[in-house]
Amino acid sequence: MTTAVNTASIGIERSPGLWSLAWKRLLRDKIAIVSMVIVIAFLLLALASAVGLVAGGWNNEIAKNYAPPTWFKGSTTEEDLSKSNKSAAAGPSLDTGLSRPEFVNDRDPLRDTITELKQQLGQSTSGGADEIKIVDPLADVIAELKKKLGRTGDGDANEVEAEKLSSLAFGADKWGRSVFDKVVQGSETSITVGFAAALVATLIGAFLGALAGYYGGKTDDFLNWFYSIFNSIPYILLVLAIAAVLNKKGILTVVLILGLTGWASIFRVVRAEYMKHKARDYVRAANAIGASHARRMFVHIFPNISHVILVQLSLYVVIFIKSEVILSYLGFGVGVDTVSWGSMLNEAQNELILGYWWQLGAATLFMAILVTAFSLFTDSLRDALDPKLK
Amino acid sequence: MAAYIVRRLWQIVPTMLGVILLIFFLFNVVGGDPAYLLAGKISNPETIANIRKQLGIDEPYYVQLWIFIKQVVTFDFGQSWSTNEYVSSIFATRLPASLMIGIPLLIVEAIIAILIALGVAYVRGSLTDRAVMVSCTVAQSVSILVYIIVFQYVLAYKFGWFPVQGWGNGFFENLFKYASLPILIALVVSLAPNIRLYRTFLLDEINQDYVRTARAKGLTENRVMLVHVLRNAAIPIITNLMIQLPGLLVGLFLIERFFSIPGIGREVILSVERSDFPVIKAITVYVALATMLANLAADLLYKAVDPRVELK
Repeated sequence: MTTAVNTASIGIERSPGLWSLAWKRLLRDKIAIVSMVIVIAFLLLALASAVGLVAGGWNNEIAKNYAPPTWFKGSTTEEDLSKSNKSAAAGPSLDTGLSRPEFVNDRDPLRDTITELKQQLGQSTSGGADEIKIVDPLADVIAELKKKLGRTGDGDANEVEAEKLSSLAFGADKWGRSVFDKVVQGSETSITVGFAAALVATLIGAFLGALAGYYGGKTDDFLNWFYSIFNSIPYILLVLAIAAVLNKKGILTVVLILGLTGWASIFRVVRAEYMKHKARDYVRAANAIGASHARRMFVHIFPNISHVILVQLSLYVVIFIKSEVILSYLGFGVGVDTVSWGSMLNEAQNELILGYWWQLGAATLFMAILVTAFSLFTDSLRDALDPKLK
Repeated sequence: MAAYIVRRLWQIVPTMLGVILLIFFLFNVVGGDPAYLLAGKISNPETIANIRKQLGIDEPYYVQLWIFIKQVVTFDFGQSWSTNEYVSSIFATRLPASLMIGIPLLIVEAIIAILIALGVAYVRGSLTDRAVMVSCTVAQSVSILVYIIVFQYVLAYKFGWFPVQGWGNGFFENLFKYASLPILIALVVSLAPNIRLYRTFLLDEINQDYVRTARAKGLTENRVMLVHVLRNAAIPIITNLMIQLPGLLVGLFLIERFFSIPGIGREVILSVERSDFPVIKAITVYVALATMLANLAADLLYKAVDPRVELK
């Protein structure tokens, strides 16, 4: 502290630290700036979507079934449009076969029966909400939809039908929901899962790696054995095995699956760094002034290797975003009340054969842009933080 | 050499034991009681007790673990819960299809990726190099699902160049008719990351002194690149290839699923969907074993490629 004051008072510039140097290098890199802007734009979009500013109404059927994108409308024939008009005019969407399962379940007579039975058993219906959820996983969605319908009036089917749009910016899906809203919601899901799982994996991997590298000996042997177990099972197989065991859907489950299986690669890197650093002079000096093991590990060494961890974290985000898409595609990922690019691709697969390519296009485009930008940003980050590696 | 192999095989034992413990913990402890899954929706306590007895899960954990270890050692995992097919027969009948896709893929992919990587490493820093690198990054960012959906739709469904899906009985029929589009898709997906990787391996070598010496003594560029540089970059490339080997068994699960190819990967997804624990357990344990053996094989190959490597 005193030295810093002294150098400042005699007018010698403080030498720039690792982070400010890296930041300068990053700003000199055009690719880094562009990719950073794109990533930040996605983060803001996800945030806006999370607080409900954008795409809050993704689940509303605002357009006709399979309404094409606005700019593509010109090339669709009148026949197509009249066909979709006809199906829309055919009456309440419940009877067309294109209705959404949520609405079918809304009229599920079982739900009332369950409530009745509960009342007979002397249980309060409100207390049984969780149990209903076990029986009917869509109960939450239904409750939410009911609330929405209650707010907008009586939900007059004909009135809603009349307002339905014949085209949307990115088109509409099977049930007339906006593909744009869905793809934005999908971004939120992907970014949430990607970052949360990366954080979980990094915390586990870095902590165990620090222990193994710092203490060495028996601790190292044990943790290395533990690592070799995870390392010998192909990643995707382990992910699927855990998905089979948990047999549950939802964002939290996906985060746990990916985080708990993915920690092995950062363990290796952090362990090597700790082994390198623990014998350095500054750590020995810290020992000499009486710093505890924990203090040496996390206060002294950790800041010196945090740039390595940051790059690994960034790599994880890309891997986990891609994995989440595959899990959700297979139906082991997020539940039906959440949109994911993976579940969009699942729907889009059948739509493509019918010629409705826009959901596939939108999900692919958004995912490709985010993942490309994030990969390029990770590369630039690595180069900026560790110029020797280049 | 023999002593080294024996020692390495011996080292597999504790890791394998760990894998068994992990799988046991996941499926027998966390996984809960499978009897309810098996008994179906309508079940009475007697059926469940009966099933529990059949599966041996009414025994204490240490007995169950012992049963599991015996199953692993004797290759006898009993029957699948959903199809009653013997797990050993599932392996025997699904493995050929996975290998039929995996092995040609690995060979073709290695050759193409190494050649392209050699090319871009040679002209490093140029516009071609950067263009290839950027296209690799972009290509990697598109989900494998999109490649499969689009390729299957365009090449098989629209143009009819390949069968949309299916699998036959004859070796050549499968290889040339049914396996070609899946291999092509897997090739497109795996080329991008591997070109990038091999390029960095080659760049590490290309600035070494021996390369300058080779040029100074008047060797042709082809000889410098193909013999000197490639030979020295071979170790990391071989490691990468060997690491990919066990992953081929399950790594192509999406492709196998889309094209209805009766391989191990498709079996994994099916058994996850059906909560068919014996099949998943067996596949996980044996693929882990295959991974460890592949790592050993990689280390032995190093010795063959680079005599300086000492096997410790």
